[in-house]
Amino acid sequence: MSRDLASVPAGAGPAGPSAVALTPARLIAIAIAGLALVAVPYMLPNYYVSIATQVLIFAVLAMSIDILAGYTGRTPLGHGAIFGTATYVTIYWSTTLGGSPWTGMLVGVAAATTVAAIFALLAIRTSGVYFLLLTLALGMIVWGVCLRWTSVTGGENGIRGSVRPLFIATHSAFYYLVLTAVAVITFVMWRFVNSPFGLTLRGIKDSESRMRSLGYNVPLHLFIAFTVSGFFAGIAGAIYAMFNSFVSPSTVALTQSVAGLLMAITGGIGTLFGSFVGAAAIISLENFVSSYTERWLSILGLMFVLIMVFAPEGIVGRIRMILARSKG
Amino acid sequence: MTKQLILDNVTVQFGGLKAVDGVSTAIAMGERRAIIGPNGAGKTTLFNAITGVVMATAGKVVFEGEDVTRSPVHARAAKGMSRTFQITNLFPNLSVRDNMRLAIRGLSKAKFSLLGRPELAAADDAEAERALGLSRLVGRSDTLVKELSYGEQRQLEMAMALVARPRILLLDEPAAGLSPAERVIVADIIRSLPRDLTMIIIEHDMDLALGLVDWVTVLNNGHLLVEAAPADIRGNKDVQDVYLGKARRHA
Repeated sequence: MSRDLASVPAGAGPAGPSAVALTPARLIAIAIAGLALVAVPYMLPNYYVSIATQVLIFAVLAMSIDILAGYTGRTPLGHGAIFGTATYVTIYWSTTLGGSPWTGMLVGVAAATTVAAIFALLAIRTSGVYFLLLTLALGMIVWGVCLRWTSVTGGENGIRGSVRPLFIATHSAFYYLVLTAVAVITFVMWRFVNSPFGLTLRGIKDSESRMRSLGYNVPLHLFIAFTVSGFFAGIAGAIYAMFNSFVSPSTVALTQSVAGLLMAITGGIGTLFGSFVGAAAIISLENFVSSYTERWLSILGLMFVLIMVFAPEGIVGRIRMILARSKG
Repeated sequence: MTKQLILDNVTVQFGGLKAVDGVSTAIAMGERRAIIGPNGAGKTTLFNAITGVVMATAGKVVFEGEDVTRSPVHARAAKGMSRTFQITNLFPNLSVRDNMRLAIRGLSKAKFSLLGRPELAAADDAEAERALGLSRLVGRSDTLVKELSYGEQRQLEMAMALVARPRILLLDEPAAGLSPAERVIVADIIRSLPRDLTMIIIEHDMDLALGLVDWVTVLNNGHLLVEAAPADIRGNKDVQDVYLGKARRHA
């Protein structure tokens, strides 16, 4: 499976500086997307505003997975655990310990980044299916700890407690705060994947042996990429703590890692922004379809199969290909 | 002349097979050396032992006075060893420009810039353009490497090895699989290298190899057979034996 996932073609973005340049067409696309996102609370009832908030949070998780899967060619299945670690720590800090939720988020992100660094040390020397399985196993350990360490995590019951300060208690206020944070995070991640360091990751994906002979310490670069990726997954998890006000072992479970990966793949591996489309598609499906049928997981599976068969480059990857073809 | 690279009894063993068997030689600063020999003589394995792609099972590799026998590939590259590969080894899904960026930043701290601009600094950019010019790849910067012709890919290999600012350049059959016209380009590129740059070349094309170097090392079955100046190599009986076979020469 991982071979297939690892070899999912990256978005057919044009090479060279044009991949980074903000062309008028791109600026217009960003402006329209931005306006649409700002308009959400005016156009839609609270239920949908809450879903839109969830989409934004999970898009950050999916982008963090895309850093590894799309740019280094290593597909992780443990990011749900890193994400959930931040959620646990944030809620534990602000409810059980009674600390400030903002400090709780900082500590949560730090904890998630630490967990990611430990995962990275163990996993970066592997690739393909071994990387996939090792990250899966490491994620399962975190899940096991959350389930068994009842005195701290509350075991299966989890921890409940409102983390959100009063000024963002309403759906729309919280949505705008998350939107602002996600816009900043997305910009930083975009700069990261297009930086000189980001290029080294794409080089590693293409030829590790050549990278070594050019003087690159490949494991060090993968370690940094994994840790940075975990840092962003942690931010998503900390925001999720404010969104959900509840955490249980299902937050760090394998299904969370799989959901994040599916979002990244559905949107388009290696496209970064595809994660928003993937998160919107999967979370909408989960919410809307499950109100009509209990078989939404089957429909999710079917959708995934259709995407892998007809557009393995994902939705955004496919759109870029069509645009590139119509230009050329 | 100072010896830049010293191989002391270098042996590389794969299970029961000694691919390189006790090779000792020394290469001077600025020297041009060819390593020749029939298929399976151990030429590429010797290159791999020098650059760290495989570790020597016995013996020592000393580069600029420092024992690098156990150093990993990237650490040897950082000391100034640059190589090309017999089988083209580039970044096929990246543009020519991005391949050059990776080559030029391999030894600079800029590679750790997590949020910096992707463009090269002006001086580096000029150097990349110069190397692309030398390798006849001007105007191809935006092309994806997988869309280049085979000959152009070999030329890019050379350009990338050059901008890595090597102190020693190891070329593994740079002209393999090229048309006669493309071979001329590669020979021109090699001739235009700075004269103080040490170069070791593995090449099957004797005419090409012997026309480019000061000294020749001949390997056979992992052993060092003979070392001599190019002019003496063609007439050397041992070399004729390994290339043509003893029986045929006596026939």
